[in-house]
Amino acid sequence: MRSSLYRILALIQKEFLAVLKDPRSRTIIFLPPILQSLLFGYAASFDLNSVPYAVLDQDHSAASAALLSRLDGSGVFHRQADLARAGDISALINSSRALLVIQIGQDFERHLVMGEPALVQVVADGRNSNTAGTAMGYFGNVVDEFNADWRSGHGQAGPPVQIVMRSWYNPNLDSRWGMVPSLIGTLTLVGAMMLTAMSVAREREQGTFDQLLVTPFRPFEIMAGKAIPNVAIGLAQSTTILLIAQFWFHIPFSGSFVVLYSGLGLFLMAAVGLGLLVSSIAATMQQAMLYAFLLIMPFALLSGLVTPVKTMPEFLQSALLINPLLYALDITKRVYLENAGFAQLVPDFAPLAAIGAVTLSFAAWFFRKRLA
Amino acid sequence: MNDWSAVLRRIRALTVKETRQVLRDPSSVAIGVAFPLMMILLFGYGLSLDVTRVTIAAVDLDASSDSAALVGAFRLSPYFQVIAVHSIAEARTLVLDRRADGALLISSDFSRRWHHGGAQVQVLVNGTDANQARIMQAYAQGPVANWSAEYAGSVGNASTGPVVVVDRMWFNESNDSHYFLVPGLIVLVMTIIGAFLTAMVVAREWERGTLEALFVTPVRVGEFLISKLLPYFGLGITGFVLCLLAGKFLFHVPLRGSLPLLCLASTTYLLVTLGIGLLVSTLVKSQFLASQLVLLLTYLPAMMLSGLVFDLRSMPAFIQGVTYAIPARYAVALLQTLYLAGDVGSTIWPKLAVLTAMAVGLLILTRLATRKRLS
Repeated sequence: MRSSLYRILALIQKEFLAVLKDPRSRTIIFLPPILQSLLFGYAASFDLNSVPYAVLDQDHSAASAALLSRLDGSGVFHRQADLARAGDISALINSSRALLVIQIGQDFERHLVMGEPALVQVVADGRNSNTAGTAMGYFGNVVDEFNADWRSGHGQAGPPVQIVMRSWYNPNLDSRWGMVPSLIGTLTLVGAMMLTAMSVAREREQGTFDQLLVTPFRPFEIMAGKAIPNVAIGLAQSTTILLIAQFWFHIPFSGSFVVLYSGLGLFLMAAVGLGLLVSSIAATMQQAMLYAFLLIMPFALLSGLVTPVKTMPEFLQSALLINPLLYALDITKRVYLENAGFAQLVPDFAPLAAIGAVTLSFAAWFFRKRLA
Repeated sequence: MNDWSAVLRRIRALTVKETRQVLRDPSSVAIGVAFPLMMILLFGYGLSLDVTRVTIAAVDLDASSDSAALVGAFRLSPYFQVIAVHSIAEARTLVLDRRADGALLISSDFSRRWHHGGAQVQVLVNGTDANQARIMQAYAQGPVANWSAEYAGSVGNASTGPVVVVDRMWFNESNDSHYFLVPGLIVLVMTIIGAFLTAMVVAREWERGTLEALFVTPVRVGEFLISKLLPYFGLGITGFVLCLLAGKFLFHVPLRGSLPLLCLASTTYLLVTLGIGLLVSTLVKSQFLASQLVLLLTYLPAMMLSGLVFDLRSMPAFIQGVTYAIPARYAVALLQTLYLAGDVGSTIWPKLAVLTAMAVGLLILTRLATRKRLS
């Protein structure tokens, strides 16, 4: 038992040396997570901070000016051009200079005063339909405010029921609050799976893996010697991103570090196990890399990072039950923002433990098979 | 004359060797064919920013006929599934356990205040996924407006104000997110085949020393580079054609621009990614480093910083500045415009020019870097 421990320790030391002694590979392990969490923390957002728009005001009335000044005062809408003819609309939209073009007809004020519906036409650039929808939603909010003011200013009754919106766990609905904690799992998955798959494949390609197999190491010890350093590196990467989330983006951490790190530990064991699984199929580094990538792609796309899991069809949702990132994102977001405890996270912890157990035992079995 | 035929013969021999190597390695075929197919399936069926039904926990503290009718309006809405609970704490537990997405809170004085003309209802959402939360807030307007219209008809229709917005979404009237995801898919597939695969292959030759062995033969650097480019270019075109067919026959995304321009834009971008793959692998000469660098330099930016999923206009100014250096940015804009808007010269020619300049620059740099390594 004790000698087995010593052997594993020796392997761990060797593995750390192999990865960390080369300054270039040290850089490639820690620089990307830092750069990516900073870049993506800023970039990965569905919030729209600026809507360039153009206006075709055919009314030139006090009412249309009031609506437009409300728009310009919103801080989000930025007027790019005042159009004179409807024929100019397509040029602005086509060249992406304006996301919205707002057209106010010449009867706008007259209709308003007479209490008839005053129409405002909005044309949106639908090349990115999600953005266009968001921008139209913002415009709708501005018009709602305008309507409420107009009603009260002209002695009309306000809406009978007012909806008060409140948001739990993210009071300003800042999408960064969900995105940055999600990066902890996503960026670490890429690192852990690739690093593990490559480390075994490199040894196989260079022939040192067979040398390792003729030493007194048992298959289980070789597996542990490969898995533990990679889990440790993954935890270090996670911690780096966690620090950036808290101290750079100032996203308040409301959970427990014990729960979070238990979850991350299980997640990394699953990720490293999958990496070892890949390396058992791959004969070369190129194959290891490409196969790992072919797994990471669907894992990342179908994890809820970019689009919600609920909208995916049933057959994909059930195929995704083996996706460790699905559980990791749930754990990091819920612990980080909602202070979820162990009891709530059992549905995430259990599958992760299962994936880790299956893949790691397969790796040990596979190393034994190569020995025989 | 004689010279040229020798050049062509050498290029041909090397290309044949490279092509055989590609076809015999299952992982190259996996990336060239299986990867585009997988991405088509994922993008087509897995990714959707379109909306679905949300579950709302309704807390009716008023328990009057008015409040019951309001909850009923939520039940009737196709967007909501309603679970009735008795307290806000119970609703919060449901949200924490992911059995509900948000809560509707009707306070105990709702009916009384409504008859005095100033009632409020609260809609509480789980902000962990801000985008979904915002969609739910927008949905909640519907049932409340319906209820107001039906119940409070005498007070005036609340859903239509004095100013009515009529909106039209150009290029994508039916608001189908496939319309902007399919052009992005082509860019991603090209990025992976062009940069990732090529970088691995060339780095392996450096790592194993087969390149140095090749350089003592009469083969010139330019010939070597062309023979490396051709097979992966072919693989990239295969991926492109697969995506093109899927876009047309599977997702029915209209192609409003011209097909030759679309092919020109895509092949130019493919040359850029091939250039990045070749240059990176020539510079670092290690499979591990090359693969990681290429992922970092091409794939992740193509995914996150190109306007493919996240709109560039949502990003802070300095990140927008960074995106100008990313080839995928131009490719996504080109393909989205060609697919959905048509041949818009003012968008297409400048972006195509940038991509062409990038391709030429990268290939020249690769050529220089390779020659330097020889001396």
